[in-house]
Amino acid sequence: MTTATQPVHRQLGMTDEEYESVLGILGRDPRPAELAMYSVMWSEHCSYKSSRSHLRRFPTQAPWVVVGPGENAGVVDLGDGWLAALRIESHNHPSFVEPYQGAATGVGGILRDVFTMGARPVALWDQIRFGPLDQPKNRYLFNGVVAGIAGYGNAVGVPTVGGEVEFDPCYSGNPLVNVMCLGVLRREQLVLGTAGAPGTIAILLGKATGRDGIGGASVLASASFDDESEDKRPSVQVGDPFEEKKLIETCLELYDNGLVVGVQDLGAAGLSCATSEPAGRAGVGMEVDLDAVHVRESGMSAPELLMSESQERMMAFVSPDKVDEVLDIAHKWEIDSAVVGTVREGATLTIRHHGEVVAEVPAASLADAAPLYDRPAARPAWMDDLWSQQARSVDDDPATVLLRLLDDPALGSSSWIHEQYDHMLFLNTIVGPGADASLIRIRGTEKGMAVSTDGNGRLCQLDPRGGSARLVFEAALNVAVTGARPLALVDNLNFGNPEKPSVMWQFRESVEGISQACESLEIPVVGGNVSFYNETEGDDIHPTPVVGMLGLADPMPASPPRLSRAGEGMEVWEIGPAPTSNLAGSTVQRVFHNELTGKPTPPEPEMATKVIAIAADMAHFAPVLHDISDGGMAVALAEICIASGLGAVIIDMDTDLLFSEDPHRFLAVCAPESVELPSDMARRIGIMGGTALIVGRSDPIALDLLGDTYRNAIPRRMPGV
Amino acid sequence: MRTAVIVFPGTNCEQDVVHALSTLGGDAELVWHRENDLSGFDGVVLPGGFAHGDYLRTGAIARFSPVMAEVERLAEEGLPVLGICNGFQVLCEAGLLPGALIANRDLAFICRFVELEVTDTDTVLTRAAEAGQRIRIPLNSYEGSWVDPDQTGRVPLRYVDNPNGSQDSAAAVANLRGNVVGIMPHPERGVDHLLGSTDGRILLEGFLHSMALA
Repeated sequence: MTTATQPVHRQLGMTDEEYESVLGILGRDPRPAELAMYSVMWSEHCSYKSSRSHLRRFPTQAPWVVVGPGENAGVVDLGDGWLAALRIESHNHPSFVEPYQGAATGVGGILRDVFTMGARPVALWDQIRFGPLDQPKNRYLFNGVVAGIAGYGNAVGVPTVGGEVEFDPCYSGNPLVNVMCLGVLRREQLVLGTAGAPGTIAILLGKATGRDGIGGASVLASASFDDESEDKRPSVQVGDPFEEKKLIETCLELYDNGLVVGVQDLGAAGLSCATSEPAGRAGVGMEVDLDAVHVRESGMSAPELLMSESQERMMAFVSPDKVDEVLDIAHKWEIDSAVVGTVREGATLTIRHHGEVVAEVPAASLADAAPLYDRPAARPAWMDDLWSQQARSVDDDPATVLLRLLDDPALGSSSWIHEQYDHMLFLNTIVGPGADASLIRIRGTEKGMAVSTDGNGRLCQLDPRGGSARLVFEAALNVAVTGARPLALVDNLNFGNPEKPSVMWQFRESVEGISQACESLEIPVVGGNVSFYNETEGDDIHPTPVVGMLGLADPMPASPPRLSRAGEGMEVWEIGPAPTSNLAGSTVQRVFHNELTGKPTPPEPEMATKVIAIAADMAHFAPVLHDISDGGMAVALAEICIASGLGAVIIDMDTDLLFSEDPHRFLAVCAPESVELPSDMARRIGIMGGTALIVGRSDPIALDLLGDTYRNAIPRRMPGV
Repeated sequence: MRTAVIVFPGTNCEQDVVHALSTLGGDAELVWHRENDLSGFDGVVLPGGFAHGDYLRTGAIARFSPVMAEVERLAEEGLPVLGICNGFQVLCEAGLLPGALIANRDLAFICRFVELEVTDTDTVLTRAAEAGQRIRIPLNSYEGSWVDPDQTGRVPLRYVDNPNGSQDSAAAVANLRGNVVGIMPHPERGVDHLLGSTDGRILLEGFLHSMALA
């Protein structure tokens, strides 16, 4: 490494121009602790400096939005005094360096974002992407990430009720680990990340501060990987789900008793963020004494204390007369606590260590004065090459194609993953992992919250705008087939190096696509996360936005659709626009041709909205509804057969149509004559029954073979695990 | 008839157990692990979770929690004591049940429905069930495999298809008197049609009924 000879600000990941801005704000040379604070707060990870100007494009308004983007989590109104808090985050880079702890602390971080708002976290979803499983390194990462999510999520006591997995060579050197959390609260429990009025006391709750994760936000999350990545291991934090569980219960008891003015979690940028952001939001100053911080190791310097990303910590802002009560509740739950600061008049954040002032900066400048880059964006010339090569058809027999697709680890059963997660805790998981969307009830009400998370790197590589829009429509259809209407979206934008114009173009297009789709569905974006620099050795990942859609079912269907409810003699309907034979970006194209070319079928916003409304209505009477997506109609139908233990006979049709992934379509299985839709929107394609799936003129596939192939897709690739 | 549902730091199934027992007409109350008086309670449930983070070894720290002396007293008096999942592990560590729980055969966490067969109806958990009856409820554990070199435990419930390598396919274990029972799967997760099964009811109803008889 050559960094030892560089100026300090560059070692901390700051450019010379950014350093100049700090000089301008302070009117003097920064002290070491001040430079440390600016370096983490102005990192890409914390400041969104390359993306902020684009994120303004998102529609964020709706009458049911209680808290929009900018706080720790978005909050929406579910009616009758119930609110939902939701957020999605990435932990991509830490998970590559150390898969178990990287994934585990990702879960811990997203939970804190949600219970910071006053909500009890009720469910988690994980979206994970790796290189192909024939490489040992990818199996190691996949196994470690799943174990880390299980190890933390199960022990902290929040069920992981869904998610998705994708395998593609572009993720071999840069896996993606995204996690979404949903919380529920009563309106009066809402808490914001504000420091409150002068005189308010800042209490640091939770785990002792150590040297773990020093500079994680600036060093890890905001840089690309190379051969020296192993050296970054000390920047990965270590999770302690037991501490987090106690912290959740402590905070919820504080909220129940109305003891806090505001709360801020300590994640990326640690104490730097948890002091400056709440003070900045409240327009106040603050005095902080680092000697009061409870530490795990001795001799930590002020910059280390301010940058540490030790997990499971929260900052509570409390009026002086409530301090003792807060400390007592922390003591009861057996977590450490310390009074570390006081809110002051003015706007200056003053930090002392060993009696000396080590930082004296305008509190708001750490967040508000962060650099803003309008990085050059340009459509890469290779897009024309991609679009000019139409995707090839598949010539094989449909039965052969179907079995090969069911054996694909991204399409086959996800049981190997989700059976390692507690997905049933709290007794509210009405529809759990493996379905189009999960459905979580709010007990004591008729409300159900449906969530679907969706990403598709291949589709977005071929068409970042159209592909991103299709993700939003797909997620909306997924919650609709569960009986819910789309309510709000969070997004996790995983992209390559933003300093490349091609990546910035992909990013801008993707934001535009998501925005347009949300506008046509009339739903807001209430939060999100951007992860740049997902590249290894100069190769960027496919643009991989992941969307998390929250839908509200009110009332929930008395008996929500399930794939297992298909019955002998029921009819199979395909509902939505007729598909084309365009296979650009499809699973068939990947599995059979190992290619990625062509222009994918664009979304049709009006049609999407119509189909979504039909699905949400049908969910109240149809026993089975299933979104048609990866692997097309044939795979969707096979999943119904496997879940219900029933065969089916399907009319003869062109093979490409069977595996087309054209959007806005779903399958309905119901008793004859219960579908009354115009013929351009609904086509009867078959009937359930027997012990084999028969597709047109191809050979019958026995249910056992279908099921075994599907169930073994992941386990057979993970020998000895 | 009041049931104490013990809460250690790290316990997470306590609300589910209270909900399930209440649904069945029981009167269940949460009791913090630092309490040292359970007088007035007619039975105890140690719910699932990760008591004290399961650090050192599952249940190893929880057995020293102040409330455990009272749990032992109630067990000696013959009152019904039920440990579910992590609670089962705590009861083994406390010596109230024979054997110990070790990591699953495949070294992975298992969360899914499993099928059990009732093999002994003379315990506080299985008294309402019939011998040979099949019960389908969720399993949710990593250290779920029971071992007992001395072979002193009674096994009132067995896995039909042993998922974790448990000795004797034991899904539940009782003391000789039958008033202390540990079960690895979660009966409280099987009380609602919408969640996929109501088979857990017969077990929890038996437990509530046992309190009235004790």
